[in-house]
Amino acid sequence: MWQNFIAELVRTMDEILRSVARFVPRLLEMLVIVVVGWIIAFVLRNLLRSLLKITRFDKLFEHTGARQLLQGAALPSSTELVSRFVFWVAWLGFILLGISVLGVFGFEEQLASFFAFLPRLFAAFVILFFGLLAASFFSRAALLSGVNADLPSPRLISLAVRTMIILFVGSMAFEELRISSRTVIVAFTLTFGALMLGLALAFGLGGKELARRYLEKRFERESAGEEKREREDELSPL
Amino acid sequence: MPEESILSDEFIRELINVGQVDILVGVPTYNDAQTVGQVVQSVRAGLLTYFPRARSVIINADGGSRDGTQDLVRAASISDLSISSNIHALRTLHSISTEYEGGPASGIALHTILAAADLLQAKLCAVVSPESITFQPEWMNRLLRPLMDGKDLVLPVYQRHKFDGMLIRNLLYPATRAVYACKLREPYPSDFAFSSALASEFLSQDIWAEEQGHRGTELWMALWAVVARHKLVQAFLGTKARLENPRSDLVNAMRETAGILFCSMDSYSSFWSSPQERLDPPCNGCQPAVSLEPLRLNRKRLHQMFVFGISELEPVFLSILTPATHAELKRLASLPEDTFAYPADLWARTVYEFSVAYHKAVIGRDHVVQALVPLFRGRAYTFLTENREASEEEVENNIESLCQTFEAEKPYLLELWDGRK
Repeated sequence: MWQNFIAELVRTMDEILRSVARFVPRLLEMLVIVVVGWIIAFVLRNLLRSLLKITRFDKLFEHTGARQLLQGAALPSSTELVSRFVFWVAWLGFILLGISVLGVFGFEEQLASFFAFLPRLFAAFVILFFGLLAASFFSRAALLSGVNADLPSPRLISLAVRTMIILFVGSMAFEELRISSRTVIVAFTLTFGALMLGLALAFGLGGKELARRYLEKRFERESAGEEKREREDELSPL
Repeated sequence: MPEESILSDEFIRELINVGQVDILVGVPTYNDAQTVGQVVQSVRAGLLTYFPRARSVIINADGGSRDGTQDLVRAASISDLSISSNIHALRTLHSISTEYEGGPASGIALHTILAAADLLQAKLCAVVSPESITFQPEWMNRLLRPLMDGKDLVLPVYQRHKFDGMLIRNLLYPATRAVYACKLREPYPSDFAFSSALASEFLSQDIWAEEQGHRGTELWMALWAVVARHKLVQAFLGTKARLENPRSDLVNAMRETAGILFCSMDSYSSFWSSPQERLDPPCNGCQPAVSLEPLRLNRKRLHQMFVFGISELEPVFLSILTPATHAELKRLASLPEDTFAYPADLWARTVYEFSVAYHKAVIGRDHVVQALVPLFRGRAYTFLTENREASEEEVENNIESLCQTFEAEKPYLLELWDGRK
């Protein structure tokens, strides 16, 4: 019995040692992959950063207000952001590749689905980025036009434009990620519909008097006598 | 060749029928039926009176008028002129009208006129605005004669109402004078003349697909001529009458003036930021340039819109202006109307800060230009108040003082531009 116990112990120890012997090279292999991956990702990041600097990638987005958007969100410049994104995607890929070498059960399937998810993640990121830029640009355009046309509440108009674009872009990004896409679309449709109905009611009921005065004023101007009585000289800028 | 892309085949055929000319007068139009006939008649009279031996052509570049402008230009025939006066043509005076693509845009019209001048090898060229309802035949002589004496560009000086051309008097004239060290009373001309050499050189500029090739091109041309050190001269033409319904879209006017000025400052910064010898083109026949008839301008509304702009556009101004200037503007906006005044030095610093924001593209460049509109209203209010009871001389003195303030603040512009401030 004692001999059997010893034999079993030796066999177990042997198996453990063999497993360790099998695992250590894989671990080393994984570490090598992770380290090499880091080096490759680092080189990729620096190469991309230099390339984007040479092609003045930041300048390309300056006019659209990307810099302000990124500054507002306490993010680095667009060049730095893209470079870092590529670095992390590349390194994360290598880390996962390294882990797959360890031969963990079921991990390869997870790895495959992760790599399949990456393009969608990237697309959602791009949609969100450009969407936020568009929201910033168009809301400011609405604000400036509203102020220069002397419209009432230009900030409200600007906020409505920004909210609608962000809602639209957010639903697009979620759709791309396939995260509760139906719920998101329904939520977007409901919110958008409610907003439009609210605006229609607000302007329809609240603006009735304003619209009446505007139309009266407009049509009254066509009467020559009235025009002469009310007319003021226009500012001549040029 | 640039003209191949801008001139239609039909128009080229008409130009070939005309052949080589000595003088080309361009009339850019868009729905100007009310005034264009009278202006073309005066141009014809001017050409036949002062240049009877010259081979001349009038080119009407139209942006797609729907009020019969082109028909009126064609109808303003030489026979009518002979009946109405004792002018007799020694040569055929051609008149061609063409509708350019992509309009209406004054830049495309000018591009068409320049391309036609290049094709016809015109020695002297002039552009006349269809809105110049007081255009006199003599103006043709005043515009074209200096070109015969070797000048390259003749810019107009008018006698105008003291409250006309507010953007030019309060922004364009003082800013161009300070920045480019060149005294041009009308840097954005509507009636002007240029030599064939300048026309060819300007035509070959790579601007026609850019914004400055579409609007405010006349201003760009004047500033480019200053930078290229062409021979400039100013000619006093006479009274420029105020239109009954002036086109008063202030946002577009701001784009054509401040937008183009800022764009030129961005392009020619190496020129103006280094010390330059002053270039003050002489003014032929200059006289006091303001008239004083009463006008009913709504100052109260200007003040209200300034205050409204300051409060609503705060996030935009925070990206464009320095904290000190922004704080000062907010203080001004809080003042009651009767004590409100937008001082010249603050206005000069505001304009310079906007030009730097445009250069650095801190937000969309068109948004920078649009954001200047409510501030200009504040400055216009102050100009109207300061000069309400002012005589010709006092108005001139006030404008001169504003120009000197812009010049005195130029070091501030240079510091901001270089990022030293």
